[in-house]
Amino acid sequence: MLFRFPNPAHPAEAEATDEALYWNRRNVLQGMALAGLLPTAACAEPKGPDLPRLTARRTRSLAETPTSWGNATNYNNFYEFGLGKEDPAANAGTLRPHPWTVKIDGLVGKPQVIDIDRLRRLFPLEERVYRHRCVEAWSMVIPWTGFPLGALLKLAEPLGKAKYVAFQTLNDPVQMPGLRSPVLDWPYAEGLRLDEAMHPLALIALGMYGRVLPNQNGAPLRLVVPWKYGFKSIKSIVRIFLTDRQPRTSWNQSAPDEYGFYANVNPAVDHPRWSQARERRIGEWKQRPTLPFNGYESEVSGLYRGMNYQRNF
Amino acid sequence: MKPGQIKLVRLGLHLAVAAPLAWLGWRWGMVLGLGTDPLLAGLSAEPIDYTINTLGLWTLRTLWLCLAITPLRKLGAPGWLAVLRRPLGLWSFAYGCCHLAVYFMLDQEGSLAMLWQDVLKHRFVLFGMSALVLLAPLALTSTRGMIKRLGAKRWQGLHRLIYPAALLGSVHFVMRVKGFQWEPWIYAALLGALLLVRLLPARRRN
Repeated sequence: MLFRFPNPAHPAEAEATDEALYWNRRNVLQGMALAGLLPTAACAEPKGPDLPRLTARRTRSLAETPTSWGNATNYNNFYEFGLGKEDPAANAGTLRPHPWTVKIDGLVGKPQVIDIDRLRRLFPLEERVYRHRCVEAWSMVIPWTGFPLGALLKLAEPLGKAKYVAFQTLNDPVQMPGLRSPVLDWPYAEGLRLDEAMHPLALIALGMYGRVLPNQNGAPLRLVVPWKYGFKSIKSIVRIFLTDRQPRTSWNQSAPDEYGFYANVNPAVDHPRWSQARERRIGEWKQRPTLPFNGYESEVSGLYRGMNYQRNF
Repeated sequence: MKPGQIKLVRLGLHLAVAAPLAWLGWRWGMVLGLGTDPLLAGLSAEPIDYTINTLGLWTLRTLWLCLAITPLRKLGAPGWLAVLRRPLGLWSFAYGCCHLAVYFMLDQEGSLAMLWQDVLKHRFVLFGMSALVLLAPLALTSTRGMIKRLGAKRWQGLHRLIYPAALLGSVHFVMRVKGFQWEPWIYAALLGALLLVRLLPARRRN
């Protein structure tokens, strides 16, 4: 039952273990055995193997067990597909991640529109295993496939005046039924300071678990900023805009006292409605202490030297 | 309605209201007893949160139903419906206690110090806790014997605590959700309607 994450020193064995672990085979078999009893379990069956593979070189491991594929694809906050945690898995089938383009413009020397097929070939793909910490005090461990956001931005040649990067999610109510809900001011928008965006940890993910991204996880491309709360890691991006002003970000706009622009994971700064000191790793019973910057402090704290974390939460 | 039929209706109500709790118990039994993955057991990938939320919702639903009896009678429903108030109120308190127990044991790790910190620091927790505290004396004095001992007038006065309890429960739910969501506001609006109907002039009893 307790698979350890494969030691990168033994790649052959790692290959063998990964599949069973990701698709959670033992539980799937058990689920099938109990299928008569479990009509609601249908949504939990792994759709992973249907999705095309993405070949990538693993460049970053983590000595923590990755979340099962079933849990990572059936427990999502993606309000464009509903407010419940299992709604995105049930409703995201209406998203058409192909064909898809992403526009990069604003304060750049070479504004451009990039097709998703071209994007998959532009940079060497890397697999990186990151912690993912939601502002709701749960967390996962996900093997993402993608490339550094900085590489994509450099392609557009940011101008000296550019200080921030704004991101926007698709805004099509036909594909995203949740856009009819007044929960947020659509389209979903996020942003980073340019130096944060250029940090080598900031990733544009095209896949996870060695496959292209499932719709409910932000297909066909999403941001992954592992030292920030999950809502910063915007999904299904259609536009990247460089600007000299701090851009509008959705959750900050909805409740500025609850969700800051920075949203760096910080166990010492509570959300007004719950503590951030601990988190529950999905699949575990006991909570674990939350790490400053989600465990990436030594790599990213230089970005925030001298900053007041209580004020710039 | 004959007394036998009323008893049958009450039994049906007990079964219907107990069903969600029984379902949770069955699924947790599969998780703890058979080692089934919580996701496959229908408890989501975060079974603790899922359970706390479900128990909280049923606390409100049963309380709202309890508060709906008087307005329904005012609007012409038969008088015998009053016998459903006690079971509904008790079920609401029972769901509230389960809600608190799971939150305390599994979310606050059974630590009174942590629970106390959470209540003091987070207003929505304080509101929910206050609502449950207000329901406790009502559950304890729900027997016929207690009505006699307190006297109908004092008993009725005490049981008006259900109004502040429901209001606090409603605020607790509104404050709990992220962003603007309709669901807790629908509960609040229903509660408002149930309280407003009480202000209508009383109908003459047959």
